[in-house]
Amino acid sequence: MSHIKIQLKPRQVEQLQEVCQSFNNKPGELINVLHKAQSIFGYLPAEVQEVVAKELNLSVAKVYGVVTFYSFFTMQPKGIHPISICLGTACYVRGAEKVLDEFKRLLKVNVGETTPDGKFSISCLRCVGACGLAPVVTIGEKVYGRVSPDGVKDILKEFE
Amino acid sequence: MDDLKKLRNTLLEKMKFRENNQNAQVQVQVKVAMATCGIASGAKEVMDFMAEEFDKRNIEAVVTQTGCMGYCYAEPTIEVKLPNNEPVIFGWVDLKKADRIIEKYIRNNELVEGIIPLNFASIDDNLNDETTERKKQIRIALRNCGVINPENIDDYIGRDGYQALGRCLTELSPDVVIDQVKKSGLRGRGGGGFPTGLKWEITRKSVAKPKYVVCNADEGDPGAFMDRSILEGDPHSVIEAMAIAGYAIGAEFGVVYIRAEYPLAIERLKIAIGQARVLGLLGRNIFGTDFCFDIELRYGAGAFVCGEETALIHSMEGNRGEPTVKPPFPSVSGYLGLPTNVNNVETFANIPPIITKGAEWFASIGSEKSKGTKVFALAGQINNVGLIEVPMGTTLRDVIYEIGGGIRDSREFKAVQTGGPSGGCLTKKHLDTPIDYDNLIASGSMMGSGGMIVMDEADCMVAIAKFYLEFTVEESCGKCSPCRIGNKRLFEILEKITKGNGTLEDLEHLRTLGNVIKDTSLCGLGQTSPNPVLSTLDNFFEEYYEHVVDKKCRAGVCKSLMKYIIQEDNCVGCMACARNCPVNAITGEKKLPHLINQHICIKCGACMEKCKFNAIYTN
Ligand SMILES: Cc1cc2nc3c(=O)[nH]c(=O)nc-3n(C[C@H](O)[C@H](O)[C@H](O)COP(=O)(O)O)c2cc1C
Repeated sequence: MSHIKIQLKPRQVEQLQEVCQSFNNKPGELINVLHKAQSIFGYLPAEVQEVVAKELNLSVAKVYGVVTFYSFFTMQPKGIHPISICLGTACYVRGAEKVLDEFKRLLKVNVGETTPDGKFSISCLRCVGACGLAPVVTIGEKVYGRVSPDGVKDILKEFE
Repeated sequence: MDDLKKLRNTLLEKMKFRENNQNAQVQVQVKVAMATCGIASGAKEVMDFMAEEFDKRNIEAVVTQTGCMGYCYAEPTIEVKLPNNEPVIFGWVDLKKADRIIEKYIRNNELVEGIIPLNFASIDDNLNDETTERKKQIRIALRNCGVINPENIDDYIGRDGYQALGRCLTELSPDVVIDQVKKSGLRGRGGGGFPTGLKWEITRKSVAKPKYVVCNADEGDPGAFMDRSILEGDPHSVIEAMAIAGYAIGAEFGVVYIRAEYPLAIERLKIAIGQARVLGLLGRNIFGTDFCFDIELRYGAGAFVCGEETALIHSMEGNRGEPTVKPPFPSVSGYLGLPTNVNNVETFANIPPIITKGAEWFASIGSEKSKGTKVFALAGQINNVGLIEVPMGTTLRDVIYEIGGGIRDSREFKAVQTGGPSGGCLTKKHLDTPIDYDNLIASGSMMGSGGMIVMDEADCMVAIAKFYLEFTVEESCGKCSPCRIGNKRLFEILEKITKGNGTLEDLEHLRTLGNVIKDTSLCGLGQTSPNPVLSTLDNFFEEYYEHVVDKKCRAGVCKSLMKYIIQEDNCVGCMACARNCPVNAITGEKKLPHLINQHICIKCGACMEKCKFNAIYTN
């Protein structure tokens, strides 16, 4: 599965078990459990999936199948400041691709990758529904609207 | 029954209290549009600033938040109501502007620039009135958006909220409720346009129990934000309507399936559900009757196909969101194999007014076969990007030029894309076609959920088709091969064309393959995914032809087809371009005209930027 091997600490396993219990260990709540787990760990490595599978009495394959089906779930750790560039239609026709290129150029990483210092990662998403502000970029929880390629530098400066 | 009376009285009292408050008209009232777009543009700062300054400057005023007012192009927007004055909406409000509004408008009643004219009729206006007709828009689904504080149930109740539910539970039998919805002519706003009353009736007639009501808030169509705005601006209208649906079909349990990309909508829904429970509008024995109903949330996780109702139900059950063949329809066998009524957010938002104002009233709006209004998210190359609600049957011309304020930078209108990845393009020749379900399908597009992306001469239609196909390829769940493999091939052909390697034969292939995918795919995703290609082929064949035969992209979007060329007459041989070319593609002697080697050129445009003599142009 994931090429990054991690060892969950006993405390983390407990935390996961608590999450599952809060949903009564119901298999039908798998997606809600994964949302919670990802908000705690930042991503869903194989080890986390194994614990969830055991707790909800599901096969690991089933959990893996669900994790990989939904683009919201990721098995790669994201940067401290995850950058998402909206490539929805409204953003696309307003030049989102050029904004994406500028992020890639300045950070020297590709979509789906994290900078070596772990600070930034770039991903694309489809429409946050703020089309009035296209092109839109989100960094963490913050939404930036009407972003131009020239403005990318200034946005990144905020995180120095 | 005693309980019911008590509840009604408290609700009535609450409403009266509000009305008195409004009639008193002593205070300045400021509403700040705090939907996602507003907040991202700084509405929160404006709201805090104004509240603080009113305190400091001793102005008696109430500042409240509200949902989307629809003027996304002018965010942040605020509405100011001075005592004994009509409310005024200001756009582009930053802190400086807020300060001027306080000093000039609020203190001295002097006008400040940036006023947005009110361009819609409200639900209580007389529809036969001339001014109403001139306004082009009628807000039914959006009746409370930008008016009430979405986090305060009293506001909703003050605008006749939960009256429809009360009326259904105490005065109307489920069959009468269904009959009203049928008579109203309401059709599903999630894209398909299936008659809502009929769907309720089928679910009611299904014998298995328990039954479920599901609200589809997945809104995966990129470029659409109607459902988000309704949930952020008026969550109770959806909750009330789901309870009404529950009563009509005989369900006690409702689920809102909402995409995780909408955190603010989720939060406001949660608050609203909590408040409704406290007042006994959700839970056991609602309005003192024996009707019980409650609602839970389920989250999507970023998969477009989960908007398709069977896929959505699988996702709700915690599975991969893969669609299954219909029939059986969810109305017969849905969530956990039980009868499930799935409706879209906007469909639900129309229900309470249908009950309170009557089916005939609703049916009097719109066109012959499409009743009521439709909310559109107007975006792209248009001046007034925003949320609009127009009667069915409004023409595209009215939407683009009257409401939308025309194309940006006075450029030429080229096309509008409706229906998202399942839809197609409408062009100049469709400008006067009344927009409704059937006309859009006849024009090779579809209503979809209501995204409307406007394009101008600077957009390449082949690239747009490629954009949608890339989306479909990524979002295809992979279950059936026509969709999984066919769309990939379509995408590859389009890529070949935009790279300048296409042939006339490829255009033929696009058409045949597109039609095969439409005919053989399992679910609505694949059955409609070739539409963006087929409709652009129909309407913009000359652009495809140019890409393939002339190797030219008239919009200048397809980079591979673009050539940077040095115009000898203007070139003075300063060498600035050659020095700045990152791949050394430019050769030439000093003081003599230079030449770009097209085989080496990577089309970065650095030379054109650096040339002081306008000697470099693109074809
Ligand atoms: C690929 C695909 C995506 C869909 N996405 C949505 C969506 O995001 N929201 C929605 O309400 N309906 C969506 N639908 C339509 C639903 O399947 C279903 O028809 C609708 O939720 C029914 O509600 P309505 O009758 O109120 O429109 C989608 C359909 C397909 C085929």
